[in-house]
Amino acid sequence: MTPVSTFETWATIVTVALTAIAGDVLTAGAMRRIGDLDLIRAKSGLPGAIKAVVGSPMFLLGVLCMALSFFSLLFTLSKVEVSLAAPASASLTFIGNAAAAKLFLNENVDRRRWFAALFVCIGVALVAH
Amino acid sequence: MKHTLTPQRYLVLLAVMLTASIGDTLLSHGMSQVGPVSLHNLGLLFTALKNPWVIAGILLLLGFFASYLTALSWADLTFVLPSTAVGYIVVAIIAYFWQHEHISLYRWLGILLIVCGVGFVANGPSLTEHPEPLLPAGTAK
Repeated sequence: MTPVSTFETWATIVTVALTAIAGDVLTAGAMRRIGDLDLIRAKSGLPGAIKAVVGSPMFLLGVLCMALSFFSLLFTLSKVEVSLAAPASASLTFIGNAAAAKLFLNENVDRRRWFAALFVCIGVALVAH
Repeated sequence: MKHTLTPQRYLVLLAVMLTASIGDTLLSHGMSQVGPVSLHNLGLLFTALKNPWVIAGILLLLGFFASYLTALSWADLTFVLPSTAVGYIVVAIIAYFWQHEHISLYRWLGILLIVCGVGFVANGPSLTEHPEPLLPAGTAK
């Protein structure tokens, strides 16, 4: 592992987090548009539910972002130590998702949910370190 | 309280919490048997697909994605996401009891924080209500 600059370290970690957030928000947005999967399954069975999900361009874009996030994590791990990269990107993803869910999905992120995101963010950093 | 979840939906959330971490643990156990994969022997990845631990891990991760998507279809992202963090606790507890790994004070503190975070969210509504039809700005709350 060659030593990398602080900027490069954080640029790769932030890239992992940003692509993960895009993936989560896009898939969540797609599921919101598709509607309750339990109802769809009751009406048109499991194949119908799978078709509804896989046929959504927003969902496919989300999965693409998740794949990008996975590969940028692999790239990051080849340059940055796992004890920093894994908890840092996971923590950033939790906080970023709370903000993105409020901004793009119009979710009611009240004080309770902000605290939850903050607690989980610090908790993940401590557990994964 | 509105948007309380049925027992069946709590089971889906339980699957979200357990499948990812147990799947990862099984994959990691299987890959330690397969050995290190490098760019020069990518074919080893296909051999890995024959390892029963790897197969079980992949099936559990598929189960995770299915239950995660199901949960997102009736609950907010900010409601479902904290429960995925429970996976970190499950991994630590599996490591503690199965592999007899030591869990430091920092890790216990992290576990406590995640439990609190999940508890906060679980006490609130699972889905944001959007008034339909949309009311003029200012009246909607």
